[in-house]
Amino acid sequence: MASRNISVSETSRPKLPRHTKLKFDETRQVWVILAPERVLAPDEIAVEVLQLCDGARSVAQMVDQLAEKYAAPREAIATDVIAMLQDLADKGFLTEARESTA
Amino acid sequence: MSDTLAGNKTTTAGPTDGLAVLEQTRSAAETYGIPLAVLLEITHRCPLQCPYCSNPVELDRGSTELTTEEWKRVLSELAELGVLQVHFSGGEPTARKDIVELVQHASDVGLYSNLITSAVLLTRDRLSALADAGLSHVQISFQGNEPMVADRVAGLKDAHRKKLEVAKWTRELDMPLTVNAVMHRQNLHQLSDIIQMAVDLDADRLEVANVQYYGWALKNRAALMPTIEQIEETSRIVEEAQVRLKGTLAIDYVVPDYYALRPKKCMGGWGRQFFNISPAGKVLPCHAAESITGLEFESVRSNRSIAWIWQNSEAFNRYRGTGWMPEPCKSCEFREDDFGGCRCQAFALTGDAGNTDPACALSPRHEEIFKQAEQESAGTQNRFLYRNFAGGTLEADGHQDKPHGA
Repeated sequence: MASRNISVSETSRPKLPRHTKLKFDETRQVWVILAPERVLAPDEIAVEVLQLCDGARSVAQMVDQLAEKYAAPREAIATDVIAMLQDLADKGFLTEARESTA
Repeated sequence: MSDTLAGNKTTTAGPTDGLAVLEQTRSAAETYGIPLAVLLEITHRCPLQCPYCSNPVELDRGSTELTTEEWKRVLSELAELGVLQVHFSGGEPTARKDIVELVQHASDVGLYSNLITSAVLLTRDRLSALADAGLSHVQISFQGNEPMVADRVAGLKDAHRKKLEVAKWTRELDMPLTVNAVMHRQNLHQLSDIIQMAVDLDADRLEVANVQYYGWALKNRAALMPTIEQIEETSRIVEEAQVRLKGTLAIDYVVPDYYALRPKKCMGGWGRQFFNISPAGKVLPCHAAESITGLEFESVRSNRSIAWIWQNSEAFNRYRGTGWMPEPCKSCEFREDDFGGCRCQAFALTGDAGNTDPACALSPRHEEIFKQAEQESAGTQNRFLYRNFAGGTLEADGHQDKPHGA
């Protein structure tokens, strides 16, 4: 069963649950997130971060990668990425790679 | 039936997450034409007999339903047009023997599929087959939080127990679960318990939907209409639970328009971001649209494409935008906020779908209709007319619970 109430930290290894799909919509030429009875339009940054959420990478690794790519302060990137992922997790669009024991 | 696409619920995306709900006003849905999601009412057959059923009073018989091949063709056409999600609904969609095949076809053509079900016909094997076919989400309707009220409202013995069982299987199969609870005077006293039931079932979402009064529900209005005190209590309970359960259970709340001053933006505006397909293949601007007499609806069985029907058919264009509006809508500053409310309700209550929805305080009929509903809410008429193909069956006398206060 998918875990609930996950708390995103640098050690988390988040991924999209089976029922949440990130897809490029050819008709509208935009990225969309398909979720139960919802279609969301993530912005470019969100798409980039979500594409890194493969269940293998830790949030720390994602932050390192983005900080290097954008030559931005690591701390600022970490704050933004964790806030974004936590919000997605709260909405049920993100889960953790390991099986929940809950 | 889901009201999610009806545009009258509180769907919000936080500003911090880089996300936007596409179906919001002035968003991609309007810019890009074809709806993002389509409701497929694949059958009107249903083992339940809920007195507020959103299906039309004139139900499509099983013999008129689209065949498996016809529905597959529809699914392929929808995917090609740019529709992203489908909702398999009804009636009871699992009353069709080919539901697994249809879900599989939706997956094959790249559609995200939701099942809107009463759950009572599902076995664990069949639900598992649906999950394997790519079903992404299950929404189960509940009529109460315990069998006494729930089975009475559903008009089916043992329905509630069965629903709980299927909800449990849904989570075991790792599919997200939405609990849909349609609320009215006979079950509003159970709202807090229904919220707790949704938490206990490990649901992701709860839809608390007040009955919308047309079709079957209008026939049962006297038995269903809540008092204004009940509605105020309901809003308080929902708002408290939304805060308390953040991150655990998302709660969508559909308010009853009878006690509002402004009408709902029904369907996001007629022909703007929603259509559904009836069991017999009619392409409709709203699931209740066939109740409006004098409108002709095109069918997927015609030689017209779905895109043509959406863009050009008389029924879709009749009440699109603001050009059709009479006063007081025509010069109203809110005309593009609510598009004059609900056409089906305007027709049901005034006899003309082109009138202002009487739910609006600016409608000349508002006061009269509101007063009537208010009187009904305080009345003692608790007997249901159950929904069925026979035109409805009156509940046996003496089976009703005592009327429930807030």
